[in-house]
Amino acid sequence: MTAASHAEHHHTSLGVDSRKLGMWALIASECLLFGSLIATYLIYRSQSVAGPSPAQILDIPVTSVSTFVLLMSSFSIVLALHGIQSGDIAAFRRYILLTALGGTVFLGFQTYEFTHFVQSGLGFSTNVFGSSFFMLTGTHGTHVAVGVIWLLSLYFSSVRGKLTEDAAIKVDTMALYWHFVDVIWIVIFTVVYLFVFV
Amino acid sequence: MSATTPVAAAHGPVHGTEHEHPGPKTYAKIAIVLTVITAGEIWVFYIEQLKFLLVPVLSVLSAVKFALVAMFYMHLKFDHPVFTRLLLAGMVLALGTFLALLALFTWSHPLLKLLAG
Repeated sequence: MTAASHAEHHHTSLGVDSRKLGMWALIASECLLFGSLIATYLIYRSQSVAGPSPAQILDIPVTSVSTFVLLMSSFSIVLALHGIQSGDIAAFRRYILLTALGGTVFLGFQTYEFTHFVQSGLGFSTNVFGSSFFMLTGTHGTHVAVGVIWLLSLYFSSVRGKLTEDAAIKVDTMALYWHFVDVIWIVIFTVVYLFVFV
Repeated sequence: MSATTPVAAAHGPVHGTEHEHPGPKTYAKIAIVLTVITAGEIWVFYIEQLKFLLVPVLSVLSAVKFALVAMFYMHLKFDHPVFTRLLLAGMVLALGTFLALLALFTWSHPLLKLLAG
């Protein structure tokens, strides 16, 4: 089956690729998941009967750096997508690895933050702030980890020569997922970290 | 594997409402704007005199960042409108759930207690 006929096989009656449509449907449903988790955090963050509180423990400068890294990984994945769409496999591999590195650095910052919080006396079951905070940011971190594994699988598929047919749409679908993880973090960073004194 | 593979041919615009995606220059401009906005958010956070404006200013800035990523990096500005409608449907449902949860657990707590007897 050629790439063109394979792509046609995945087209819906709207003329769009079914895999891309499926990813958008997933993103729409993920909005509900994260909307509920953010609301839960806002409800519980100030209802703890024992410390530590968000203002005592959240580290804005450190999280600002990890936010910047995640934002830039969105930039690198569009360059990877542009590379595969224009047939420049070398650029695709370079930028997809850079994106995976950005995601890994973000996870490293999150691991540091979680470890620091636990050492400062805030665990998952310490208070309702801790429970809702770890649930929200942990769910997001899990999404980032899944994204990093997906990025690396695309990279290794490319290296082994298995990413030839429908490569662009596979990368496009992955890029949508990665951008969604990024935009959700934009909201989480603002609501959890920057609204800390509100 | 060759350095170049013509995979893009099968994945060009497939519908009359779709347009060509932007190039690296546009992506770089968006990245710069996102960086400046993020720096602006952190600056606003540390300015004591702007504390009363914190929520509206940061909400608007984060909405602008969200929109820029969705429109240019996720290509909603250039792709089939059905994708935008799907995202908007999810966001409207999420916003409704978000507001309903906040209303249930913050604004009408005494009413809930009354209903529970």
